[in-house]
Parts: sequence; structure tokens; C-alpha cells
Amino acid sequence: MHNFDFVKPSSIAEAVKALSTEGAQALSGGQTLTPTLKQRLAAPTVLVSLTGIAEMQGVCLGSDGLSIGAATTHATVAKEAAAHYPALAALAGGIGDPAVRNRGTIGGSIANNDPAACYPAGVLGSGATVVTNRRKIAADDYFQGMFTTALEEGEIVTGVTFPVPQKAAYVKFNQPASRFALTAVFVAKFADGVRVAVTGASNNGVFRWSAAETALSGNFSAAAVEGLTVSSDGLIGDLHGTPAYRANLIKVLTKRAVAAAH
Amino acid sequence: MPKDHGIGASSKRREDVRFLSGRGVYTDDMALHGQTYAVFVRSNVAHGRIKSINTANAAKMPGVLAIFTGEDFKDVGGNPAGWLINSRDGTPMREPKRPVLAHGKVRHVGDAYAAVIAETYNEAKDAAQQLADDSDIEELPAIVDMKKAVADASNRVHDEIPDNLCFDWGWIEDNRAAVDAAFKSAPHITTLELVNNRLVPNAMEPRSSIGEYFPGTGDYKLTTTSQNPHLTRLLVAAFVLGIPENKLTVVAPDVGGGFGSKIYHYGEEALVLAASRKLGRPVRWTAERTESFLTDAHGRDHVTKIEMASTKDGEILAIRTETLANVGAYLSNFSTATPTFLHGTLMAGPYKVPHVYVNVKTVFTNTAPVDAYRGAGRPEATFSIERIVDKMCRELNLDPFEVRRKNLIQPDQFPYTTPVGLVYDTGNYQATLDKLIELADVAGFDKRAAASKAKGKLRGMGLSTWIEACGIAPSNLVGVLGSRVGLYDAATVRVNATGNISVMTGAHSHGQGHETVFAQVVAEKLGIPESSIEIVHGDTSKIPFGMGSYGSRSLAVCGSAMSKAVDKIIAKGKKIAAHMLEASENDIVFADGKFSVAGTDKAKSFGEIAFSAYVPHNYPLETLEPGLEETAFYDPANFTYPAGAYLCEVEVDPETGKVDIASFTCADDFGHVMNPMIVEGQVHGGVGQGIGQALLENTSYDENGQLLTASYMDYAMPRADDVPFYTVDHSCITPCTHNPLGVKGCGEAGAIGSPPAVVNAVIDALHRGGHSHVKHIDMPVSPARVWSAING
Amino acid sequence: MTKVSMTVNGKAVSGEVEGRTLLSTFLREGLGLTGTHVGCDTSQCGACVVHVDGKAVKSCTTFAADVAGASVKTIEGMNNPDGSLSVVQQAFQDHHGLQCGFCTPGMVMSSAALLAENPKPTEAEIRHYLEGNICRCTGYHNIVKAVLAASGQDAAALAAE
Repeated sequence: MHNFDFVKPSSIAEAVKALSTEGAQALSGGQTLTPTLKQRLAAPTVLVSLTGIAEMQGVCLGSDGLSIGAATTHATVAKEAAAHYPALAALAGGIGDPAVRNRGTIGGSIANNDPAACYPAGVLGSGATVVTNRRKIAADDYFQGMFTTALEEGEIVTGVTFPVPQKAAYVKFNQPASRFALTAVFVAKFADGVRVAVTGASNNGVFRWSAAETALSGNFSAAAVEGLTVSSDGLIGDLHGTPAYRANLIKVLTKRAVAAAH
Repeated sequence: MPKDHGIGASSKRREDVRFLSGRGVYTDDMALHGQTYAVFVRSNVAHGRIKSINTANAAKMPGVLAIFTGEDFKDVGGNPAGWLINSRDGTPMREPKRPVLAHGKVRHVGDAYAAVIAETYNEAKDAAQQLADDSDIEELPAIVDMKKAVADASNRVHDEIPDNLCFDWGWIEDNRAAVDAAFKSAPHITTLELVNNRLVPNAMEPRSSIGEYFPGTGDYKLTTTSQNPHLTRLLVAAFVLGIPENKLTVVAPDVGGGFGSKIYHYGEEALVLAASRKLGRPVRWTAERTESFLTDAHGRDHVTKIEMASTKDGEILAIRTETLANVGAYLSNFSTATPTFLHGTLMAGPYKVPHVYVNVKTVFTNTAPVDAYRGAGRPEATFSIERIVDKMCRELNLDPFEVRRKNLIQPDQFPYTTPVGLVYDTGNYQATLDKLIELADVAGFDKRAAASKAKGKLRGMGLSTWIEACGIAPSNLVGVLGSRVGLYDAATVRVNATGNISVMTGAHSHGQGHETVFAQVVAEKLGIPESSIEIVHGDTSKIPFGMGSYGSRSLAVCGSAMSKAVDKIIAKGKKIAAHMLEASENDIVFADGKFSVAGTDKAKSFGEIAFSAYVPHNYPLETLEPGLEETAFYDPANFTYPAGAYLCEVEVDPETGKVDIASFTCADDFGHVMNPMIVEGQVHGGVGQGIGQALLENTSYDENGQLLTASYMDYAMPRADDVPFYTVDHSCITPCTHNPLGVKGCGEAGAIGSPPAVVNAVIDALHRGGHSHVKHIDMPVSPARVWSAING
Repeated sequence: MTKVSMTVNGKAVSGEVEGRTLLSTFLREGLGLTGTHVGCDTSQCGACVVHVDGKAVKSCTTFAADVAGASVKTIEGMNNPDGSLSVVQQAFQDHHGLQCGFCTPGMVMSSAALLAENPKPTEAEIRHYLEGNICRCTGYHNIVKAVLAASGQDAAALAAE
């Protein structure tokens, strides 16, 4: 690891200021960034920890949905969102392992936008709103391809607000080594329609399976997905699965998510 | 009641207290005054010509103390192969030099061609990166695929080896014609091409070494993660650096697992010693996990075509195999023995097969060296045999239990001479099969299969009846087979004046629990408490010259040496007792920790004898030496032959291809068992690794020789939720006939017997589920592969 | 270099660290607490698990400066005050839940964290909770048994031999 200065501001304003330094980089739970730094694939001059900012912590149900501070750990979401949004809590409770969940945060996950991460599916599948220090961004606008988001220089995610669906479920098929999603599907049924988000499968990162959304909005049952086909074009092919295999998983996991939704 | 001490007791492990309290001392835990840090500069191409290495910039960087390149070691020796194998035509194998640091060419990703020593780790790391930037390495086409390596003579891993072949070995060449004839007249021939997947051993403690040089005496000390410190000392001293053996101490302290990968001497060990000599300061190095993936000796990596000739009712008539075995870029110490004498000699399995011929071509590639990994050659043989027996049963519509029963060597046929050069001393393969059928509740399978079906899962069961040769082994036999070392072991039993005992063993414990089990054996034989016995291992300045631990040999070979040394102690004790009790030595009997005169109440306790040995007042010194310390070297008469029967049940999810292990049952014959708790733990661990090989572990190089699975992000290791509770049994006992404890060894069994049981179960599940077009799936049987097979 | 202070195993400690100093490095090299091991670089193996403010974390993926002021517990702090093995540690010895001992500190720390959250876990819950701790020796059988036993459940009845 190259060396850097470590700062730990206690407010968003201080964090934004610290991040304006040349070469500064935000650090959330560090469960992805730290291994990256060890490999010397990133070399910030200043690392700005966001874990000490009280206003970025916590899970809170409000009139516009469930708001989660960006620095809230997966473990906290798994526990505190369980009563309000069980599918999201279950998603958080299945990320990595317990020690990772005690450090990793929702903000860190979606700022990184790993194509196999879980949270992007939950955020996109819920049609959530990403809140930054500057603005609010709809999930559909936020995710812009693997490791790419709408975030601008110096902009940090401060929270995410989730509309709570009538029913939802997240079904993840583990990549056996990393325990990231080999493919995973988040299905959410709202009064005005169904959203289906897929992670782990596409070279463009998380995406919505619109054909399934249409079919399920008319008939929310696994049978509605049965007749659909998933093209393997643009899907990831690697050691753990071919594009065709991932195409199969998208359909199988979507059916299972629909069946499991509650 | 089970015993609570001595042989056969499940004594709790004494070493656990320090490990559980965070007070183990592994190599990287040691801090030394004045220590410096080595970081290696490793090739990022699989094959390249080193055109220049400009050290000037790196040398000027903060904290940098020294830089080494291959040029510094070009005049010292190489790290040798331990076994000389001859090709079928009688020519000796090709042995390229394996230098401390690559010189001229780099031959695999991770091949170290320079090293930086600096005051801190980070300074060394910074300078190593600079040095990499300042190195000009011309990339050459990588040789990765074994078939292409052999076919294309123009591209060479070693310029002097035209076809990338190390050797073309036939076993037994004289039998080939008879085997071919048996195939010509056979009623049925089953053929299978399979891959025994390359594995990375992945001891959880990364390799680590500290070199120290003491200018005042000219002594060197190497503290290192080794399974056999004496062999490492011999290799470093006599072959690589030319240090007198008596000026080098090698210490292997607490070692966090080995599984074969820490048997061998590696260049990093020589480098830290040479660097400590140059700097006069300790030099330390610990591998990052990715360095371990790139440079620890890998295991397996065979591509095999196996054929089996049989009658229509499943009697095996002959077996013939052709194997390409990868040795990687250089010959690691045991790499030539693993695919040959640890593989070909086992190709008859536990069966009465009259004709067997094995051909192995061993191939150099631009990949990490491949060597023995838990089981070493025997898992490859077992997998090939047990898969093809299963395939034969399917082709002929025969019951896999009955076909095995029909072909197993019968209990009254021992000692049994196989057509591949071994004599199995004893066994009862029917007994372990019967035990397995009972324990695994084979009769209840249909009911369980129906329950699985109701969940949308396909259930299958897979059987494996396996044998291995271990306790390696007789020096006279391995010498004939090409070994350049002996394979005895040694122990010294030192009875201290106060009656407690230090036992110095050549075997090394890196998880096996020797400190506990060896003490149990000595305690039993001497009738004294286990707590009075200390086992000392891992330090060449303290222990006799032994060959370390691997090949399930510690108890069978070193334990036998220890047993013999204890016998000598008892014999000496009788002499002392005879003197003290004024009786004839022949009248002294030793029992329950007492030396007594037969037929009288005259006796001396063990402690009294010990004290007398060191306070030898009035000794008849011309016939009785003071002291009570004995050393024995033990060289067995034969290998030992553990055997057993394993059954795996799986559930396959036909929609995703995911395989879950529903149950795994083992019925083993290890001969006498010294500590059942530890034996069971060894089987659990071996089975866990076998399931890993069968379902998860995939070492994958791309066509450019880049390792795609160089961290735990891509190399899937079994986790707690990938495996079930196992059912293990070792109640079938046919004691080894030629060692004093009647033990056979249990360390590798689980890893040898389990992979074919898993794959056979998957194939069975698919057939029962109507996917009978699936004849074979190569390991790891990943979800994607199963799904492709179903839908292919 | 900056100074960080924290409580480790109940004792106030402080030391000079760089920004990049990991908690595992601070514990091992700064404080000489070498029971915490480092087995990988990617936050997978779990040999480095310690408790920070009562929660299991991977100390090789946590910067020392980020946990300044926290209360850290390592394997060296797990023994009973009289030095004897605590219930979890003793269960690992009783059930042979370790072989080479290298993954053991992290395995014990994770198991203790599980039992603090869930005093009577099922076999499946134990296996799931330990998925971030890799053991290469035991095949996990006796580790799971040890955790069952540490929770007061009848491990022998739950795990067939």
C-alpha cells in the first residue's frame, strides 16, 4: 500500500472539504477499497473516512419511505430494516460475511457499483433515490455501468431513500469464491407495477429486466416469467459461468424471487 | 469405557492451549533485533527473456540495503529434484536447473528474478516496484496447454529441452504386451478421458522465512515454514548455497498447515540466508496470499485417458492409462515421484486386476511448479479407477456395490502382489464396504431420494473403494525406484534425571497433533503419565536427522522409530535395574512403569532408574554406561496400505446445476488407532479438501499463462456452509504387519477416497433424474458445468 | 505518523501509525499481539478477525486510525482472568476444533461474536455465520461441533461421528 494521510471528519461538510484536496478519496467501510489499496491499484494522498459522521448513520422510516444513511453498515440494515423492508434487510444480511457486514456500508457499495454487488440490485429494484451532498438522484439515473455512477467529482452519497413495496425478495446465487453474486435478482411489487433488477450478470453492471417487469406487472407469479427468454448478449462470461449460464440464472432466480416475495 | 490416556485414548491436544490463546509462535510472529525485509520482484509474464534489470534507481530509494538478481546466484547450485525417473527407452529425465532467482529467462507468472532488502517492508515494496519498472523483459509465447507443449517443439520452457517433456514413463513396461493382449480379447472395454484438476494447497499460513547470519561463529539460522527442516537444511547446504551442513540450523516452529506445499525447499529460503550473510542482519520475508497462489507448489493437474477391459458381468480384466502430468516450469523436489511412483503403482486399486499398464508423460509448462499435495498421485489414481469402474457399471447396467465386491481382493489373499509392483501386506476391503453400507443406510436411499424429488432436487449416491500406499517408506524400495534420499525416520528419547522425558522426533507437526499423540505412545509403553513427556520437533539443532512429515508417514515411520527407541530405553533400564537390584538382567521384567525381579517383590520405579542413570555411583562402568537416552532410526520393510470405502450423497438443483453434499460417510481401515479424535479430525479435513477438489477448486491459467485464480476472490475454498457433518468410522482394523505399532496412517485418506465418490454421486443423480446422456463431468463439478452437462 | 489510542483487551494503548497502517499490523507489530493472523489480502479468510466495540471485524481490512478510541478485543484477551480457557476456547479443545491453529484465533473470535448475538444457534446458522472464516485443516466438522457445544447444546447428538 502507498501511504496517505488519514482523516476522519465528523460532519458531511468537513468531509466534503477534506475531499476537495488533490488526490483525496473517500473511504467508507473499506471492504473493497482496502484490498484495492493493498494491490496498489489506487494511490490516494488523503483517505477521508466517512464512518465517523453521525448524520450519515441510521435507518429511519418516513413518509417518503425508508431512509438509510450512507455510512450505515450492512449489519445494521439487516437488523433495523427487517421490520420495515424485510427483503432489503435480507439482502444486507447476505452480503459478504458477518465481519464484512460489520464494516461495509450501503454508501460504499453503491458508490463503487461493483457489477456483482448486492446493493445496486436492491436500490435499482426498489426504484430508490440516492441522496448526495448536492442532490437527489433516481436509481435509474444513478447506475451507469460497471464501477460507474452519476456521482461527480467531490460528490458523496449521504443516504438512500427506499419506497417500500407491497412485496419483494432478493435471491442471490453465490459466486463460490468471493461470495459476491454470480447472478442475483431483486424483485419488488409496487401498487403501480413490478421492478426487477439483476446484478452479477451483465458487463454493464446492474440492470432492469423490463420484459419480466411487464409480465409480472400483469401477473405476479413465477409462471408469468416462464415463457420469457433472456438473451446472453452482453452478459458476463468468466471462470464461474458462461453468458448462457447467467441468462438461465436470471430467469430461474427471478421465478424464485417472485415465489419468495412477501 | 474408552481409555482416558495412552494408546487408543482421545487425549485432548496439549498444543491447543497455546493456539487457542493466541500464543502459538509462527515464523511471521517472530520479531528480531535489527531485522530487515525482503520483497521479491516477480515476473508478470508467463514466459520471457530477461534483457536487462537496471538496479540503479531502486538502490537509491529510501531504506534500501541490498538488491539481488539472478546474476548473483548464477554460480551457485540449483534446487534439485529428489527422484530420478527414467523414460521407457531408458534415458534419464531432463532436469533443468532451478535457480534461486531466475536468470536469463522467467518461466511462470510469479517467477522471482530479483529481490530487494530494505529497512521496512514498505520501503522494500516501493523499491521492488521501481525495479520491476526498470526491468526489460521480452515476453515470449506462453506454453500452458500440455498437449500443445508436447506437440510444438519450437516453443520451449527450457531452451535445452526440445519437446518440453521431462520423461515418458511406462509402468511396467514389460507388462505392456500382455495388457494390450488382454484388451484385444476383452468382452467389454470402457473408456474415459478425464482431468484431475490442478489445485493450490492453500495452507492458511502463507510461506514465511527468516534468515540470520552470526558473523562471530559463521553460523546460519533459517526459520521457515517447513514440513521437514532437515531436508531443507540438506538442500540449502549441500545443493544450493554450499554452506557446511553443520553451520546451518533450520527451525520450523509452529507451522500453519502444509498439505505438501511446505515439504519443499523454495528459493526464498536461500535468498534470505544469502542476504543475511551479506548484511549481517536478519532478513525476513512472508508471502502475500497472491504470492502463495503464484509460487507455492500446486497439486494434481493430470489429463488422463483410462481404459478398462472387463467381462460383461463386471469382472475387471485389465486397466490401461495414458496420462499427461504437468510439472510446471521447474522440477520441485518430489515432482517427478508424484505422477509416477505415487500414482502408477496404485493403478490396480483394491482390485484383483491381473493386467495393468500405466504411461505417464510429464510436461514442462509456463506455470507454477506442481508437486505433491495431500494424497499426491494416489488421489489421481483413485479418481481414474473409481470413475471408470462406475462408468463400466453404467454401461453394463450392473450394481456398483456388487461389481466392487466381486473385484475386491479377498481377505484371505493377503499378502497380495499387484501387477504394478506393490505387495499389499494386509487388508479387509469387504469389511469396510459392509461397514459403509450399514453406516450410510444405503437401504434407505430411495426414501431420501423421494424426499429430495419433492423439493425439486435430484439425489444421487456415489461410491468409492480406495487404497493408498503411504508411510513412505522403505529406503531400499524407493532407492530402486529412483529416490535420491532415504525415507527412514528417527527419534531420540531422552529420559531426564528427574524421570520426565524429552522425545526429539524427525517428524514435524503442522496440525497433526504429534505433541499429544507421540506422548500417548511413549506413555503407554513406559507406563508413565503423558504429562511427563515432551515432544520436541522442528529444530535441526535438537532433533535427529529425520525426513519430516508428509505421505501419512509420521506415526508409521517416525512413531515406529520412537517405539524402537523406547524399547532401547527399556532394555537399558533393565541393565540399570539389574545392577541396582543385584539381579540378572534376564530376570528383570518391566511392567506398569516398574522394573522388577521376576517372581520377587524387589522392584525399582522408572523414576528411580532414571535418577540412578544420571547419578551412577557404583556403576560397573565397563559394562554399564551412565545416562538414559536412546536414538533409533527406523526404515520400514514396506509401505503401509490404508484402505476404505466412502459414500457420498448429493442433491443436485437441476435448474441451477448446484450440487449440495447431503451426506458423506467413510469406513476406513487405518490399522491400530492411537488417538481416535485426531484420526477422525484428519479424515474430516481430508474429505473437506476432497469435496473442495470435486466441487469448488479450480486453478485456471489463461492462454497467456496468467493465473486467473490468484486470490480467494476467484479460487473457491470450501467454507463451513459448503460441507455437512461427516460420518467417519475406523473400527475395521487389520494391523499393519511390519511396523511395531501396527499403524497405517490416516492423513491423506480423506483427500484420496472422496473426489470420485462425489463425482459418481453427481452422475448418479443426473441419471436418476433422466439425464442419462451425461457420462462424465470434469472437476470441479461447478454449477455451470452441471447445468451445461444437463443442457448439452 | 500520527498517534492513535485505543483500548485493547481492556488496557489503554497508544502508538504511532501511518495512515496506511492496518489494525492487524498495529496489533501484531505495534503491540506484539501476534495471535491475530493474516492469511489473505482480500478480506476473505478471517484469520484476522477481532472485536471492535463488541463486533467482529476483519482487522486486515480496517485502518488503525479508523478505530482510534475504540475498544478492541483480540484472541489474547479471550482467556478467563485466571488464564484458563474460556467456554468457547475450551469447546474448541474438547472437540478438536483446530489442527494447525492458524485460522483458530479468527475462528474463535467469530464464534464468540455469533454466540453473543445468538446464544443457541442451529448447525445451519453456525455454518452460515462462519462463512467468512476459512479453515483448511478440519473440514469444519469439529469447529461446528465446538460452537454447538459452547452454546450448551448436545454436539454429539447433533453431529454423527
